[in-house]
Amino acid sequence: MDHLILRITTKILFAPILLYALYVQFHGDYGPGGGFQAGVIFAVSFILHSLIFGLAHTQKAMPQRVLLYVMVTGILFYAGTGLLTMLLGGNLLDYDVIVPQSTHNAGQHYGILLVEFGVGLTVFSTMLTIFYHYAGRVPEIDPEDW
Amino acid sequence: MIAELFFSAAAHSDQMIAFAGASEGASANVFKTELSPAVFIDLALLTMLVLVAWQTVKSRHLFAVVMLSGIYSLLSASFFITLDAVDVAFTEAAVGAGISTVLMLGGMLLTTRREKPVVPGRAPVALAMVFAVGAALFYATIDMPAFGDPNAPANKPGSIGSEYIAQTPKDIDVPNIVTAVLASYRGFDTLGETLVIFAAGVAVMLLLGVGSGRGGREIKDRPDKDEEGTS
Repeated sequence: MDHLILRITTKILFAPILLYALYVQFHGDYGPGGGFQAGVIFAVSFILHSLIFGLAHTQKAMPQRVLLYVMVTGILFYAGTGLLTMLLGGNLLDYDVIVPQSTHNAGQHYGILLVEFGVGLTVFSTMLTIFYHYAGRVPEIDPEDW
Repeated sequence: MIAELFFSAAAHSDQMIAFAGASEGASANVFKTELSPAVFIDLALLTMLVLVAWQTVKSRHLFAVVMLSGIYSLLSASFFITLDAVDVAFTEAAVGAGISTVLMLGGMLLTTRREKPVVPGRAPVALAMVFAVGAALFYATIDMPAFGDPNAPANKPGSIGSEYIAQTPKDIDVPNIVTAVLASYRGFDTLGETLVIFAAGVAVMLLLGVGSGRGGREIKDRPDKDEEGTS
């Protein structure tokens, strides 16, 4: 597939979409958004890349092996935050104990940021993994049968 | 007539919001959703949703059905925005209209392009079921409070929703209450949700890609021509 306009547009849009995903990720306390939406948007930019440049190219940039580790890291980030609060003497996911002497709930802010980051990592890698596995199969029907 | 209502509603909408806030003490008067321009946008969006749903049911061409479901999600997202649920609208637009459409297209490429014809004998039974369930749902909405009713059980002081709104500035101190509920008050629920997504990814890997996470063998649904000849 060799569409010049589509390739140029994708090249221009790829980085801003990633940047927007990061904005949604870390601005979730202040506006709409958070880990779930940010993860999906981050994955969408890679899906766009693979739709235009082919799956093999995208898998070189973001291999499935890496996604597997990112997936597990996200879950461990979330659960690890819960474990951290327990080790600091609070309940599971009771973020106040992270910064106990804070007067403006800084512990809650840190906790929410950490947890949302874990959610974002897992959602991004899972969405891209599912896409890779669907798109990576050789179809049963010829494209000519359309 | 309708235009007259429209303009009078637009002119008075500010006062009506003020009135809705003031009427909290007098619980005797019944709250009604006022006729504002937003109601006409809602009606237009809902009409389009019904039309898209009807086309989705009618079409047998799966490519068209996938595209229509994407449009349906986008219309739902717009509808959620008019209901002031921006977080839900954001998710619906990103997941429903974006990722799901691509995944459905990917799934469709692996199967057929057209839906199988319906078994004619079962159509009346299905229609009767749909009408019965639809009538029951319509009947249930009669008891529901009007949108934005301050006397609705969910909006009364002491209910869980108003507690979150009252406590978030003191407990969490983040402007977006949805994030406060999702990540802090109900952080354990969200951990479960993230695990569900993780489990979905693992399930897809197990079902569709044997060893492909480590760069294993290539997977084909259709055996090669020469392989077929030898076996």
